[in-house]
Amino acid sequence: MQTSNLAPAVFVADPHAVQIRTVEPSPVRAFLNARGSGKLADGSFAAVMMLCACSIFAIVLFIFSILILRSKLSLVAFGWKFFTRQAWDPVSGDFGALPFIYGTLATSFLALLIAVPLALGVAVFLTELCPKPLRGPISFLTELLAAIPSVVYGLWAVFVLVPLMRDVLGPFLYKTLGWTGFFEGTNFGVGMLTAGIILAIMILPIISSLTRDIMTAVPNSQREGVLALGATRWEMIRIGVLRNSRIGIVGAIMLGLGRALGETMAVTMVIGNHPEINKSLFAPGYTLASVIANEFSEATGDLYLSALIEIGLALFLVTIVVNAIARLMVWAVTRGAPARVA
Amino acid sequence: MSYQPIHQPPPMDFRSKSMRLNTLRRSVMNHLITALSILATLLVIAPLVAILAYLIYKGASSLNLAFFTHIPAPVGEPGGGMANSIVGSGIILGLSSLMGVPIGIAAGVYLAEFGRGTLLANAVRFTADVLNGVPSIVMGIAIYSLVVMQQKHFSALAGGVALAIMMVPTITRTTEEMLATVPHAIREAALGLGVPKWRTAISVSLRTASPGIITGCMLAFARVAGETAPLLFTAFGNQFWSFKLNEPIAALPLQIFVYAISPYDEWHRLAWAGALVLIVLIMVSVTLVRIVANRGVLKGAS
Repeated sequence: MQTSNLAPAVFVADPHAVQIRTVEPSPVRAFLNARGSGKLADGSFAAVMMLCACSIFAIVLFIFSILILRSKLSLVAFGWKFFTRQAWDPVSGDFGALPFIYGTLATSFLALLIAVPLALGVAVFLTELCPKPLRGPISFLTELLAAIPSVVYGLWAVFVLVPLMRDVLGPFLYKTLGWTGFFEGTNFGVGMLTAGIILAIMILPIISSLTRDIMTAVPNSQREGVLALGATRWEMIRIGVLRNSRIGIVGAIMLGLGRALGETMAVTMVIGNHPEINKSLFAPGYTLASVIANEFSEATGDLYLSALIEIGLALFLVTIVVNAIARLMVWAVTRGAPARVA
Repeated sequence: MSYQPIHQPPPMDFRSKSMRLNTLRRSVMNHLITALSILATLLVIAPLVAILAYLIYKGASSLNLAFFTHIPAPVGEPGGGMANSIVGSGIILGLSSLMGVPIGIAAGVYLAEFGRGTLLANAVRFTADVLNGVPSIVMGIAIYSLVVMQQKHFSALAGGVALAIMMVPTITRTTEEMLATVPHAIREAALGLGVPKWRTAISVSLRTASPGIITGCMLAFARVAGETAPLLFTAFGNQFWSFKLNEPIAALPLQIFVYAISPYDEWHRLAWAGALVLIVLIMVSVTLVRIVANRGVLKGAS
């Protein structure tokens, strides 16, 4: 009872408060009232932005669904066996993707084999050893490598790397490593090894710049701690830096792998385009991406076309998985560090 | 009274043979790795210098005025140029920027201004990163299946759509990262003055971060400008002038590819010239936009 009596008493006790409510609102208030809250504009702006963000999902879903839709013919005709069969005969309509899978895997791993040690060396040099004034120009140069279009790499490979392989590097490898059986047969200059080398050159900048970022994210206290225990510089790099960033480095390598798996133009120009599995690295091969590039526009018949689209679907799924794992790894390491665009 | 410790370890003898060997091994290893990493850097820079030098040498020696003013000559005839390809590339890139840049920036704005920390934003960010790694040839066949199969013929529009899809993830991620560097105090100042949130996002956050965002857009532009694979079955290429959006159109990277794998010396020469022009065009446009963008704009990250 008492409390309910109190409230109006207080209200009445202050007559000015009542008075203020009755006079005209202040100019500011009037302006704000007249302008409205802007809630509608804010809401619709946010909705449009969200729509654009969700369009990225839509793009991925759309690519996935349209590839499945268009490759249904070959999915039904060959099933899972499509990926284990060697036949590639457009005339009789017999398709299998194994030679292309082999070619893609072989060239990509070859590229990684060449590029990873070099990229790690560059990253170590740039983060730990390089004198300050050289650091900028060298990292600029390596990133310039990433800006060169793939077709220009291919052009260079066709006219410089292929003759080099045929006349200098190929015979040398045959003489020194011929006993391994990887360097057999006629060396035309075009083939798996040449494709692997050009791929290595192309994925180097990606791996090295990401690895550099990851190494820079290692706190300096780690380095100082290891150095204070009397380690040499290499021991400091090995124990303090590389060990801390190994997950991120693996992620960077997998990003490079993703790029190598899907690389099309340069590989198409130098791999020789022959659907056959051959142990020799001199032998011409074929990759998933380059068979699409070469045969898609002249594919006759629905089955042929849908087999090619199924190859595209396989490429899409594999690169998505590789990239997803790689991104998660890189994120796990660089999460706390200032972000930089890769 | 003297303190006699019962057991005292002998002082470490750094001069013992095994110790000296160990130190030697470590120091040799240290120098070896240093040398190896320097060697690796040289090995990486060597092909780059080789490619650029060879490109400039070959390209410059085969460039002439006809290259910029003529359309490709038939086989066997000397001369000819790539004027239609340069214009065609410009049209396709213009189309793709028109579609890709607004969507990319808007998605970036959502990630940085509205959805920060939400599950949806994280999922979008992750999907953008993954989409960034999808091979360009897959984009090509997807757009072929969607646009070209519907229209029944190759078109410049299809090429533009394919490249636009490739631009979106890069632009989204750079926009988001650049907006993240804008200090909160600036946004709060605008909001405190009664500016609505959408206006704050456009005229305050985006404007402050604009140099970085423009750089990001140019990176995406430079990346797709050299793309050949998605254009193979969308824009398809054309030996003649074409300005219509629903017809096959020539593009510089496509023309380089066709000429490079051809057996004619004259065409090889043109391919080199085309490659040089392509790289120079990419670099010049990127630098120009950066210079213009950096003028008279409030610099970010104060």
